[in-house]
Formats: sequence, structure tokens, C-alpha cells
Amino acid sequence: MSSVADTAHAPEADRHHPDLVHHFESLPAQKEAATLGMWVFLVTEVMFFGGLFLAYTMYRNLYFHAFVQSSRHLNLTLGAVNTAVLICSSLTMAMGVHSSALGRRRATVAWLLLTVALGSVFLGIKAVEYKDKFDHHLVPGERFQAEELHLEGDEARQAQIFYALYFAMTGLHATHMVIGVPIILILAWMAHRGRFSPEYHTPVEMTGLYWHFVDIIWIFLFPLLYLIGRHH
Amino acid sequence: MSEHIVSPRVYVTVFVGLMALTAATVFAATIDLGRWNTPVALIIAVTKAVLVVLFFMHVKYSSRLVALAVGGGVLWLLTLIAGVAADYLTRGWVGTPGT
Amino acid sequence: MTTQIGPGESGPPRPPVPPALTEPPPPRVNYLNVAYGVKSWLLTTDHKRIALLYLAGVTLMFFLGGSFAVLIRLELVTPAGDLVQSETYNKLFTMHGIIMVFFFLIPSIPAVLGNFLIPLMIGARDLAFPRLNLASWYIYMIGAAFTIYTLVSGGVDTGWTFYTPYSTTYSNTHVIAAGLGIFITGFSSILTGLNFIVTIHRMRAPGLTWFRLPLFVWAHYATSLIFVLGTPVIAITLLTVVLERALHLGIYDPRLGGDPVLFQHLFWFYSHPAVYIMILPAMGVISEVVACFSRKRIFGYEVVAMSSLAIAVIGFFVWGHHMFISGQSTYAGLVFSLLSFLVAIPSAIKVFNWTATLYKGSVSYDTPMLYAIGFVGLFTIGGLTGIFLAALGLDVHVTDTYFVVAHFHYIMVGGAIMGYLGGIHFWWPKITGRLYPEMWARVAAVIVFAGFNLTFFPQFILGYLGMPRRYHAYPEEFQVLNVMSSAGASILGLGYLLPMIYLLWSMRYGPRASANPWPAKGLEWQTASPPITENFERQPVVTEEAYAYASEEEARVVERG
Repeated sequence: MSSVADTAHAPEADRHHPDLVHHFESLPAQKEAATLGMWVFLVTEVMFFGGLFLAYTMYRNLYFHAFVQSSRHLNLTLGAVNTAVLICSSLTMAMGVHSSALGRRRATVAWLLLTVALGSVFLGIKAVEYKDKFDHHLVPGERFQAEELHLEGDEARQAQIFYALYFAMTGLHATHMVIGVPIILILAWMAHRGRFSPEYHTPVEMTGLYWHFVDIIWIFLFPLLYLIGRHH
Repeated sequence: MSEHIVSPRVYVTVFVGLMALTAATVFAATIDLGRWNTPVALIIAVTKAVLVVLFFMHVKYSSRLVALAVGGGVLWLLTLIAGVAADYLTRGWVGTPGT
Repeated sequence: MTTQIGPGESGPPRPPVPPALTEPPPPRVNYLNVAYGVKSWLLTTDHKRIALLYLAGVTLMFFLGGSFAVLIRLELVTPAGDLVQSETYNKLFTMHGIIMVFFFLIPSIPAVLGNFLIPLMIGARDLAFPRLNLASWYIYMIGAAFTIYTLVSGGVDTGWTFYTPYSTTYSNTHVIAAGLGIFITGFSSILTGLNFIVTIHRMRAPGLTWFRLPLFVWAHYATSLIFVLGTPVIAITLLTVVLERALHLGIYDPRLGGDPVLFQHLFWFYSHPAVYIMILPAMGVISEVVACFSRKRIFGYEVVAMSSLAIAVIGFFVWGHHMFISGQSTYAGLVFSLLSFLVAIPSAIKVFNWTATLYKGSVSYDTPMLYAIGFVGLFTIGGLTGIFLAALGLDVHVTDTYFVVAHFHYIMVGGAIMGYLGGIHFWWPKITGRLYPEMWARVAAVIVFAGFNLTFFPQFILGYLGMPRRYHAYPEEFQVLNVMSSAGASILGLGYLLPMIYLLWSMRYGPRASANPWPAKGLEWQTASPPITENFERQPVVTEEAYAYASEEEARVVERG
């Protein structure tokens, strides 16, 4: 690992750019630091969600039948549609980053707004699903009823653990999207005002990394929560 | 380091791949593969994640340090899961003294 | 070969003269006086000012956590539970643990000394993300506010370990507020670690290769890996406790089939590496101090650097040694026991190497060195007793007794806090531009050492004889040792109060310090005391190895001869 990146030989303009902060030598150096920092943050997010994935793994192995029956009550169609929606939003986000790197102001704004729209669709569908669970008494707690899952006794109680994990994992995921959507809106506004350029569009790239990460979490949540016992 | 601009064609190809894999995983879930259902689902999910990481997140075009960070994070999550699983899987292997 | 630098030391070595009398006065403008007013502090992005903001925060929390220790030791003077009720006593040791672990020991050295020194030590103008640095301090203070709220509204009694299902279902105290406080403060740690990792990778001065870095930086890099990989797990764990308590999203409730041992796995996966967060930075301080006050390069520099990384990594694989009697699989217990023996090896290597550094060194006993030598002895005892605990069979006998309490206080107080105090004294002239009164400082160091041993050594015996921890009443035959321990605690308390007084006094009345009063090697000593906001007048370029003390000795010999 070299102590000084090739960024020391960045072109003159990058050494005196108005977006260059005082403690970095050049814009490329600043951007490399931002990229590394964002990735380190995403590693923390992996470990953060990881605790829930661990709990899920243990309990799925312990209480497989309860998990199968509980999973079947989730709406496979809505889950699959949501997966497709998020993948589309990743594409639009990537295109947004691409446009900002080429200095295309209007295209950047359009792609970012499209990403926001798709993210909002996801959250809307999620809200529909949550309401369905409330209506069917599948929210853990005193009002939980497992009849619809065709479970009784111990397995009926174990189903509460599945749904606790369902709400915790999708809820945490949705929280990350609720945080991401306004950030992308702000980016769209900044792009509209001409804030970004081929030399400086780091915030768009960093947000893109965050958004793709949130997509990856869902890529795992979908099969783990929705696709356990669909072949019985 | 000059910035690598990824062509939209790459993005669209990856997008199509992700959608295809999504369809595949839904389809695979509906047929009985015995004990292979779970591994198949996980392999497909991992493949999708790798595509997103390499191309959408530009790791293929980033420094080795970034790749190391990504790998390290994944490795650490697996360590957490493996370490805890090692407890649950081995209960009863060695008796407690006195029993 | 020397470094090219700004104001401060320059030219060939001179015969020893008190530096404070010969050096020119510090530059009129430095990071302390460049701006005045509350806003200039609360909105600063200067890593040095943020370090002082953290100093205020952790000092406040230290004395708050310490006040609970006073009450605990007061209760334990008599065998009967007569000072406070058992429920109250449970809250006392819980709050003591939470505050000391999360709000003092974990942030202290990294957020105060690490924040201040790392950019200076690598020749940078600031950390990679200064605004994130300020945000981390605000997050810390908000977490502290949650904890103080918990305190004034009645406290929490689960132990700092929050074991389920007591914390999730049966406790009637403020578990949610306490859990949220720690959850929030965890993000302060995460941001600090993130900042350090990016800074150390990307902002080193020209010529500063990895194996020329001070060991303090290596130690903080290793610590930052733990911050980043471990803290998120305690965050999600406490979040699940809060969710279970508040929303009945129960995954630990045995009535549903939940497994309380799962909580313990998640909790200790972070909380064991957390103890390495507490000790690694202190070890970094010790390396700097031992090198300076032996006038010698640390013996086996590369091995010590690698040992920091080894401790951080292996430290993630041993958490099950906190769960030997929890119902965890015996086979897993065997593996965790073996790995716990292995993790002691890099720590032992460091102890051997510091000792070897002293050999044929030119040793002087200034206050930082007193703390460092105390550290080496007390950490060794604490570490060896850790090996006792790592042995499965012996642990069954002494787990949850005062033996464990003594073990971890030897490491955290005899080790980490002495490292912290040694570091504060070593870098005090750099941070404040003032010298503290050496005589009082040495007296305080000796008082701390004596008070510490009187407090905690009897606890090893108590634990071995069977006195359980977390009990406010005990059998009469344990009273003598408990009285000794409480007496020691009052002496220790005096030892901690003295530096508060004379360090504050020195900020106004202490003699002004030169750029390099000890003198020591390292880029931080090549700039003024206190430094200017930008740290260096000109970008330093590094051309020599770390701890190049021998070269200055050789030059002196050559000159005289």
C-alpha cells in the first residue's frame, strides 16, 4: 500500500477546485477518501443487519416447520414485485450517477427522481403488506393468532418469532429506505441547481453506494422470508 | 487515478441478469428440490449481490483496498454466523462432567 | 537524517538545558486562541478542539461512574445489606458498569488522545472527515444525555450486560432508555473508527510508510477495525431488546421458544472485542512513553505492530469464554477456551518487548513513565488471571465471583486508565502548551498505584474464596478483605482527584512548554506547543524510522568524542 496515492499528481485544476477541502491535497484524493469512508460505513451496516440475519438463521433451523407455514402467508406476488421495483431503482440510481459523472444536469435530475419514485412504490407496497398482517392478527404480541397459519401449540408460538424477525428485518430495511429517499430528493435539487460536475459529483456516487447496499439487503430478505415453503 | 465511466450497456446487461435471476429464484422455490432449495436460493441471492457490488457499485473498477473492505465485511458476518452456529450444532457432542 | 519541519527543534543536538528556558515563546496564534466563544467550540471542525470537547465529556462521565463505585464500596464495608436495598444496589453496579464501559473506557483514549494526535503523528492537517468527527461528539453527548435521563428517572438494574429475558420481560426499570443511550453512543464509536481508518490509509505524509508509523497509530488502527466490525452488533442487539420490550417483537422470550443464550452470543460478540478497544489504545500510549523515557526504539517494532492487529482479529473469536456456564455447548466451550489462551500471546509479546526496550536503555522516571511501568506490571497480573479464567474447569469455580471483577479491573483500571493518565501527562504540554507540576504528578501516580492495588488485590482472594459478584450482602468472614478494598478505593479516589486539580491549575499557572519538552521523537513534537490550527507550517516529509532515538545518542557521543 503506497503512502501517497497517485492523486498527488492530479492536474492543477483539481488542486484548487472550490469543492476541495483544506485538508486534502487534490480532488481525486478527497474522492478516494470519501469512497473508502462510505465502504467502511457499509461494512458496519453489514454487521448491523448481520445480527438479525444471525437470529433468523438460528431460529429457522430450530423451528423450520413454523417458519415454513408463517412464510406462506406472506404475499409472494407483492414480494416479487417489490424485488423487481428495487432492482429497477438500482438501475435508475446507477444511471443517475453516470449522468452526473458526464455533467448531464437534466438527465441526472430525471434519473434521481425516477429512483425516488420507485423507492416510494416499494414503501407503498410494504405498507400494504404490513396492513394485511395487522388485519390477520399476525403482529407479535397479545393479539397474535396463528390459526390462519395452520399451527398450534408450540409451533403457534414459534410463529411469533418468525413474524418478529419479519417485522424487525423488513422494518429496519424500510427505515433505511425512508432515510435514503429524502437524501436522493435533496441530491436531485442540488443537481438541478448545477451543483455537480464531472470533477465533483461525489455525493451522488456515495448515495448510489448506499442505495445499492439497501437493494442488496432486500435481495437476501426476499428469498429468506418469502420463499421458504412454496413448493409444498 | 482517472475515473472509470461505466457504459450504460453494462448497467442494462446487469439489470437484465438481476431480473432473470429473480424470476429463477421464484421458480426454483416452487419446485421441490429437497434439501437443495435453500442452497439454490442462497446461491442465486449471492450471485445477484455480487453483480450489484461489482458493477453498480463499481468495485470492479475500484482499488484493492475497497475490495479488501468488502471482503472483510462479508467474512466477518460469516464469522459471526459460523461461531454461533458452532454452539448450536455441537450441543450434546461432549457431555458435561458429572452427567 | 532528520525531518524537515516548521518551528521547534532544529539543528545539531545541544547539551541538556531545561527547554522551557531556552526555547522561544509559542507562536501568538494557536488552535486554542485562534477564536474565542462558545460557538467557536461547539461548531469547530478542528480535531484538536473536538478532542478537548471529548475530554470534557469523558471526564464528567468518569466522575459520575466513579460516584457509583463509591456507593458500592461504601455498602460493601459491612456484611449486611444496610446502606441501600438490593434493588438499589443492582442499579448502582449497573450504572457504574454502563457509564464506565460505554462512556469512559471505550471513548477515552481514542476520542481524546487519538483525535488530537493521529493527524499530527502522520503529518496531516486534520482527520479525513472533520464534520463527521464533530457529529460523533454530539452523538456521544446525546447518548450520555439518555443515560443521565435513565439515571434521574430511576435507573436500570439489569447489569451492564442486559441479559434476557430479565431485561426484555421481567425488569421494571428503564431498560429502553438505557439501551437507546448505548445504541446512540455506539454510532459515535463507529464514526470515530471510520474516520481513523480512512485517515491512516489515505493521509500519511510523504515518506511515512506503514512501518514508520508510531505504534500509537498502529494501535488505533487495530482499535478502529474493532469499532467498525464489532460495534454494529451491539447496536442491533440492544435494538432487539428495545423492540422486544416496547413492541413485543420477541425473539428472546422462552415462552415463545426464544433462546436467551442467543442474546448472550450477540452481546458478547461485540463486548469481548470491546475490551480490546479499551486496552489497545492504552498499549499504544505505553509504546510511545516507554520509547521516549528509555531513549530507545521499541524492541521488535514490527512484531509489536503486528501484535496489535493480531489482538484485534483473534479477539473476535473468543467471546464464548463469557458463556462457559450458560448452557453453551461444551465442545464450543473447549474451542473458545483454546482460542482465549491464544489471544493472550500477542499481548504477552508486547509485555516482553516493552521490557526488553528498557534493557540497556537510558531510563528516566517522569510521571508518564511511572504510569507506563505501573501499566506493565498491573496488566501482566490482569492478563495472567485472564488465563486462569480461560481454563474451563477453573472458570466454573470462579465465574461470577469477585475473581472476575478483580481480573477485569486490573486490566481496565490498572491497565487502561493508567495508560490514559500516562498519555494525558505525556502529551499535556503539546495539548495545552503548559507543563504540569512534576512533583505533584509523581505523588498522584504513586497514590493511584497504591490505592489501586489495595482496592483490587483483595478481590482476587475474595473471589477465590467464593464471594459472588453483584451481591450487596455477604458472609461475615469476608469483611476484612472488603474493608481493605473499600479503604483502597478512597485512596484511589484521591489519586484521581489530584490530577484534576493540578492539571487545571497548570492550564493557567503552569510554565509554558516548548515544542518538544521531553524531548521525544515523532511528528507531533516537531510543531509548536500548542499547535496551530493547521498543525504544521509546512507539510512534513519523513525520512527516518520511528523512534530514531539511537541516532541522536550516537550524534552526541560523536560530538563529545
